[in-house]
Amino acid sequence: MEIGLSHYLILSTILFGIGLYGVMSRKNLLMLFFATEILLNSVNIGFAAISHYLGDLTGQMFAFFVIAIAASEVAVGLGLLVVWFKRHNRIDLDEMMSMRG
Amino acid sequence: MFETVAFYLFAVLVTVSFFIAVTTSQALYALTALASGMILISGFFFILDAEFLGAIQIIVYSGAVLALYAFGMMFFDTTREVKEKKGNRIIIASLSVLSVILVVLIFAAPVVSDNIVANYPVVEGIGNTEQVGIVLFTKYLVPFEVAAVMLLVAMIAGIVLAGKKMDVSLTLKDDSEINNEEKVLS
Repeated sequence: MEIGLSHYLILSTILFGIGLYGVMSRKNLLMLFFATEILLNSVNIGFAAISHYLGDLTGQMFAFFVIAIAASEVAVGLGLLVVWFKRHNRIDLDEMMSMRG
Repeated sequence: MFETVAFYLFAVLVTVSFFIAVTTSQALYALTALASGMILISGFFFILDAEFLGAIQIIVYSGAVLALYAFGMMFFDTTREVKEKKGNRIIIASLSVLSVILVVLIFAAPVVSDNIVANYPVVEGIGNTEQVGIVLFTKYLVPFEVAAVMLLVAMIAGIVLAGKKMDVSLTLKDDSEINNEEKVLS
């Protein structure tokens, strides 16, 4: 059976669902970051697949920019997380109550 | 045939490792599963003739991002069991599946209708890296430069946030003590 665009889109959807489940079920902020990486990667697969099957390079360009965004997000987010952990000794989402959210 | 086998092999492996990454209670297992999933995802990019994207995936994600996480985890107590939310897991799982199906219906429906014309079509006979270079440095030059500036800002932010006062432990002191030290230093 030939692998078509829909195979890749379904795979991308499944991975996105896994990442979404991770985002909603995790309480530890580091694990939440892992789940967001999964979300970004699943979207990248979709972009690359559409780029291949349409014969258009725009999808790959978007994937590059998504990777750049993910890299800078990790740098800033991990820096903030390290500062928070140094002060409070834990990185659980439920205990970040300084804004009474 | 080769493409089919490779697709299903990579699909199963990536799905399993990402599933482990979101469900395990050990931070180190999650990091390892995430790293293996990232490397396996680059296999899809090589199948899809996007060799440059696959190389970037390995270098940036497996090399830089996960190394950054590994170094960041040295600051955290990774041996401690990760506590999970106590909410209803079935509700969470069904909500994520439903929303994903909705997103696919909204965004995949226009793709199915054959109204799409390639803006920057793939040229035969030129390598993928060369094509990416041509498109990136002509049509996407401004976003490329903006991304470069954003990465610079992120780098400075990371250094300022994580690199400050590396020699003292902020957890063993009160906020007032830290503020006093800052006043003395400045």
